[in-house]
Amino acid sequence: MPFLVLVLRNALRHKLRTALTVVGIVVAILSFGLLQTIVAAWYAGADKAAPDRLVTRNAISLTFPLPLAYRDKVRAVAGVKAVSYANWFGGIYQKPANFFPQFAIEPESYLAMYPEYRVPEEELRAFVRDRKGALVGRKLADTYGFRVGDTVPLRGTIYPGTWEFTVRGIYDGEDAKTDTSQFFFHWDYLNETVKKRSRGRADQVGVLIVQLEDADRAAAVSEAIDAQFASSLAETLTETERAFQIGFVKQTEAIVVAIRVVSYVVIVIILAVMANTMAMTARERLSEYATLKALGFPPVFVAGLVLGESLAIAVAGGAIGIALTFPAADAFAARVGTLFPVFQVAQGTVGLQLAAAALVGLVAAALPMRRAARVNIVEGLRAIG
Amino acid sequence: MSGVAAPPLVRVAGVSKSYRRGGQVVPVLADITLDIPGGAFLGLMGPSGSGKSTLLNLIAGIDKPDAGSIAVAGVDITRLPEAELADWRAANVGFIFQFYNLMPVLSALENVELPLTLARMDRRERRERAQATLELVGLGDRMEHFPSELSGGQQQRVAIARAIVTDPRILVADEPTGDLDRHSAEEILALMDRLNVDLGKTIVMVTHDRRAAERAHSIMHLEKGELFAHEELPR
Repeated sequence: MPFLVLVLRNALRHKLRTALTVVGIVVAILSFGLLQTIVAAWYAGADKAAPDRLVTRNAISLTFPLPLAYRDKVRAVAGVKAVSYANWFGGIYQKPANFFPQFAIEPESYLAMYPEYRVPEEELRAFVRDRKGALVGRKLADTYGFRVGDTVPLRGTIYPGTWEFTVRGIYDGEDAKTDTSQFFFHWDYLNETVKKRSRGRADQVGVLIVQLEDADRAAAVSEAIDAQFASSLAETLTETERAFQIGFVKQTEAIVVAIRVVSYVVIVIILAVMANTMAMTARERLSEYATLKALGFPPVFVAGLVLGESLAIAVAGGAIGIALTFPAADAFAARVGTLFPVFQVAQGTVGLQLAAAALVGLVAAALPMRRAARVNIVEGLRAIG
Repeated sequence: MSGVAAPPLVRVAGVSKSYRRGGQVVPVLADITLDIPGGAFLGLMGPSGSGKSTLLNLIAGIDKPDAGSIAVAGVDITRLPEAELADWRAANVGFIFQFYNLMPVLSALENVELPLTLARMDRRERRERAQATLELVGLGDRMEHFPSELSGGQQQRVAIARAIVTDPRILVADEPTGDLDRHSAEEILALMDRLNVDLGKTIVMVTHDRRAAERAHSIMHLEKGELFAHEELPR
């Protein structure tokens, strides 16, 4: 009885101080969770990458294309099950801020390789039939209100001019981690138009997507593909889809590192605030700790009171912060639209938040606990709080 | 008090104590020898800095002497390690402080129950015993009140209930009436008198107040860390 009662009633003794400390922890844990979710969203593509898919691109840079003719040569490499291809389109819908990824793809081979995109049969057939058709992800459709039958105009940046597409299907993801913010259309439509406008840029693809017969042979097959095009005009770099995605993310790694650092700095700041609160608390109660020790309570009991109070405040703030992270993340995701294809608070993030809150409680209590446990009874009794 | 035929409850032998203040050693008690028989009510008087509170703290086992020994019921408490000394205090000493030193977040009943949690006692038994003790000190109708809801005299009575609830061998009181008005002080002294006479509790009380000290059976006078006078008072 007395231990828990003392811990809880002590925690509520200075209501304003406790409330302000809890609010501080709520804000810190909420910020930490959101920033960690942003970092996770950055890597979401890599997390969802299939181990049996490779991406072959121009060895110089992603911005350099590959001849379409490479497709058949890659398909002939031992261990390759299927090959598809895609071009980054980079169009603008209404205004530059409306960013979402657009890919020109070969529909049948490409979608066969991505079973995680779930398209209703009828809509898939309609998309395949219509060379100016588009297939859009559910999140994208929800963000801009695209419906089947709508015409979507995109202003090309890499491929100049205004391009019009008719939405023929909306795909869903197999789970919440699947990217449903993409816009797919026919590579043939792109290529035919490019042929008319700029013949030299025709019959070229941005990347080849390679499906393996055996995911364990990814390294060997990658080497075999690249060896085939060594010393050619367009040398290739083949890597797993995951490595490709991480390489893409690494271009903006400084931002990710900065976000990560800020998320931990927030925790360090609240740790300092909490440590100050607990130090004040312990100082004010020295005569009570001395009284308890005089009555025969061991130092560990007294230290436990400080630790319990610190943990109670930190965990309460942490729990509220975690609970608020979910609606805050939803609001944030809605605000940034399709900038992050997947924006979800992961279980791991919740675990980190809990650990951070517990750590704040533990570390903040460390020195006050020591002081309380070691208080000299005679001196402590003289200290009137 | 020396020379009593029955073995004393407390035997203080050649006790000295000094403190360090600003790099200097300040002697507080010098070679104190004193016996306190069981059932005594002893007053310790002296000017500030005479060492009376230090002597009380040593007898209560919350401080250790530099030299000498203190035996209570045959146990030399100066030789007990810290953990054992804490257990010994829980079982043998009841504390009454000048400023009551109650836990402000606990009710009167919970404050009195507090020391019993150190004894192996179930919750119901603890509660019954704490209630009976509060009844004994005349606070049966204030059990659920928090210290801030009680007068100084009532708080000191709760503190006395907390001190006696474990049935200790000795009660140590450091200026128990120092923070009370005269009427409340009289009530507290009367209560202590009852504890001594009716329950046979051995009481050692530090006080500045001559009228309070006269409730004791005898008074030891300290000055500059030495015992210099001993008065036996008529009962």
